[in-house]
Amino acid sequence: MTERLFEGADWDFHTLQRITDACEEVALKDLGLDVYPNQIEVITAEQMLDAYSSVGMPLFYKHWSFGKHFAFHEASYRKGLMGLAYEIVINSSPCISYLMEENTATMQTLVIAHAAFGHNHFFKNNYLFKQWTDADGILDYLDFAKNYVMQCEDRYGRIEVERTLDAAHALMSHGIDRYPGKKKLDLRAEEKRAGRRRQHEEEVFNDLWRTVPKGATKSRSALSIERRRKLLGLPQENLLYFLEKSAPRLAPWQRELLRIVRHIAQYFYPQSQTKVMNEGTATYVHYRIMTKLHEQGRISDGNFLEFLGSHTNVVFQPEFDDPRFSGFNPYALGFAVMQDIERIVTRPQDEDREWFPDIAGRNDVMGVLRDVWANYRDESFIGQFLSPRLMRHFRMFHLHDDPEERAGIRVDAIHDERGFRRVRRELARQHDVGFIDANIEVVDVDLSGDRRLILHHHVIKGSQLNETDAKRVLQHLADLWTYDVALIEVDANDKVLREYVVSPRPIPAAVA
Amino acid sequence: MPIHIIDRRLNPGGKSLENRQRFLRRAKSLVQGAVKKTSQERDIKDVLEGGEVTIPLDGMHEPRFRREGGTRDMVLPGNKKFVEGDYLQRSGQGSAKDSGPGEGDSEDAFRFVLSRDEFVDLFLDDLELPDLAKRKIAQTESEGIQRAGYTTSGSPANISVSRTVKLALARRIALKRPRKEEIDELEAAVEACTDEDERAELVAQLERLKAKSKRIPFIDPLDIRYRRFETVPKPVAQAVMFCLMDVSGSMSEHMKDLAKRFYMLLYVFLKRRYKHVEIVFIRHTDRAEEVDEQTFFYGPASGGTLVSSALQAMHEIVRERFNPSDWNIYAAQASDGDNSYSDGELTGLLLTDKILPICQFFAYLEVGESGGSAFDLSDSSLWTLYERLRSSGAPLSMRKVSERSEIFPVFHDLFQRRETAQEKTAP
Repeated sequence: MTERLFEGADWDFHTLQRITDACEEVALKDLGLDVYPNQIEVITAEQMLDAYSSVGMPLFYKHWSFGKHFAFHEASYRKGLMGLAYEIVINSSPCISYLMEENTATMQTLVIAHAAFGHNHFFKNNYLFKQWTDADGILDYLDFAKNYVMQCEDRYGRIEVERTLDAAHALMSHGIDRYPGKKKLDLRAEEKRAGRRRQHEEEVFNDLWRTVPKGATKSRSALSIERRRKLLGLPQENLLYFLEKSAPRLAPWQRELLRIVRHIAQYFYPQSQTKVMNEGTATYVHYRIMTKLHEQGRISDGNFLEFLGSHTNVVFQPEFDDPRFSGFNPYALGFAVMQDIERIVTRPQDEDREWFPDIAGRNDVMGVLRDVWANYRDESFIGQFLSPRLMRHFRMFHLHDDPEERAGIRVDAIHDERGFRRVRRELARQHDVGFIDANIEVVDVDLSGDRRLILHHHVIKGSQLNETDAKRVLQHLADLWTYDVALIEVDANDKVLREYVVSPRPIPAAVA
Repeated sequence: MPIHIIDRRLNPGGKSLENRQRFLRRAKSLVQGAVKKTSQERDIKDVLEGGEVTIPLDGMHEPRFRREGGTRDMVLPGNKKFVEGDYLQRSGQGSAKDSGPGEGDSEDAFRFVLSRDEFVDLFLDDLELPDLAKRKIAQTESEGIQRAGYTTSGSPANISVSRTVKLALARRIALKRPRKEEIDELEAAVEACTDEDERAELVAQLERLKAKSKRIPFIDPLDIRYRRFETVPKPVAQAVMFCLMDVSGSMSEHMKDLAKRFYMLLYVFLKRRYKHVEIVFIRHTDRAEEVDEQTFFYGPASGGTLVSSALQAMHEIVRERFNPSDWNIYAAQASDGDNSYSDGELTGLLLTDKILPICQFFAYLEVGESGGSAFDLSDSSLWTLYERLRSSGAPLSMRKVSERSEIFPVFHDLFQRRETAQEKTAP
């Protein structure tokens, strides 16, 4: 029998090393995973709270909102309202996993298998991450961002910087490119570019330019609306990008700050689209690795039972009428679908052959799963691989709540022959960020007139913006734009539902 | 594949300290309000502890575009009895009816924990204690460690490398220890030398140098110096605070409450400057007694009013337990201003001769019923007496308070800046 990796609950750094080696062996040989180099860091509870408040990143610029989140998390943690995650993993190369020091040896094994191999493989191979994130550059970029913000504070004052960052944060969810653009983000080059640009400005500064008389302005008609829109790249749904490029009175450093916030938002964009898959992958991988280690006799029965206890908690899915229910648990859903794929690939039934002709009975579980992990996001993953069997297992049903409907909430479909496809389509849609985020875009600017910025919110299914928040965000937007901003909510038939107009607040000192 | 395992637990903590400070600075007025509110509900001694405060999230809100309302579709797990086409009552239990405000609104009151220091800082933002010039400082209770030059003996951990090397170098130069280059040079010369005699001479010279460098070590135990530390007693200043209060029948609950609040502020304030603060509660009617806090504020008592009895009691307690040369003595007296006429003379004498000379600070707070504007019409007997003493040069601070909301401003006013405080106490 192979030697045990550890006995009992205690661990030291040699144990961690042995555990990691053992997990790696299974992950690479048996599962055929392809991972970034691993870096494993052991941290305390306080450091974990720190990481929480800066969206899990090891270094981040300073901002009051992170302090607020820290205070909030700390208060609920102290009161016992909230447990801390066992681990945090960062999509970077090397892939950094933070482990809590309180974890037992079994938990450390679980967490290493989960984060350092499961998430790690997903980060490296999923198309969204490949397309939108730059794992090699992120840590350096964050370092640059932190220093840049600090320099700006020295040069232009903390208040000014805070004002700009507040506004940028408010617009963060609309600072994302949703469609693949010209090129992949290269964060290292970004960092150099910012430095060069500043240097160039300093070198070519010549105060005389200010005195040169302006030429005659072009007549208004010279620029047709179409052409104007084209020049400004309208319509534009990336509000931060638009402001960075086109806001008339922002100082260069403010544009750079917007850019930093935008890049960070973009970095997290894939994670929001792959919550179910990412956690499902990691859970599936840790389950396979732990089982294998147990089969090999490297984990004792007792420790394996401990693992099964935590694993079951993680993939627990309360039913809708359970007080603990708060939506689908991504761990549970992702893990269930992946296990189901394993079943379909190895032991298909007639129903599966009908629904999944491509993979049923292919017998190459890891091949199929690796392909799924690489090429899908939550929406397409659920839309493609949620099987009737699983829908029956979870006893899923679809509710349609139309406020106009007097009779109440309609049960639109249930887990039966007639409902499978509708339930699946609806669940997939619930995981589509395109439907979750409000669809807001810049449609026009009256450049020759009062420079009013006009945005449209395309209302889907009658769901409008929360008024208080919308006004606050628009206020931030107007402050950056420095002229009036109008937001018009229109429905699918272009009928105007509501219109907001916000004027910028006076700026105490000149923006410079 | 190389795997790095790093122990980060020893990294300096408080990484988010700066963010926290920024947050507190931004929320300052809100937090300050919350701190004051919280402190009203506490006992004197607990007021200093940090603790949970709740602030409204207004102004600390981070807005986002959020959607709400409209037609909603949802897929849920755990169907038990529904079939397609069923209708669920909206108000009915069990259904996913929470079409109210989105997630963000649940945060509108925000609770978090302030540390003791943060709490007190916010509480006492810009106040200063008058007359801090200290008396003799007593009771050395903590010992600090401080560098004190070098020593020839000590533990290896304390070896001062730079000092040791410096001494060794000086010694080697003084004793003319041959340098390595010299020996190397000579060896090279021996190699290169062809003439036998000359060679023999060079070899002899080389031997001499080598012997000498062996005799004179590179580093001698004599050279070794250790950093020396010595413990220094750290003086700890201590203060005692006397709370004197009239508890005769004429003092209402409201008046006692005002007094309590004032004592509370004073205690917090002293606690900030002194490591040890003792509190002595003396209540008096026509006789005075030392009591505990509970009795002081809530114990029933009735009788006439003789202020001098309290002063006498304080004087005795000071004599017995608090040597004025060792203790900083602060006193605050609260009263509705009543005093029996015959007692005025004695009170004045006690105060000027015995109490004021040993006190750092003596405050008299005259409390009145809420809405008591009659206050301004005629001064009470005690007020008149103290006013007279003050104008003849006694270092007294006195204020009138009749509303709870006035306590903080009055306190603030008393301690605002040292110059003004002194102007008021000294004529």
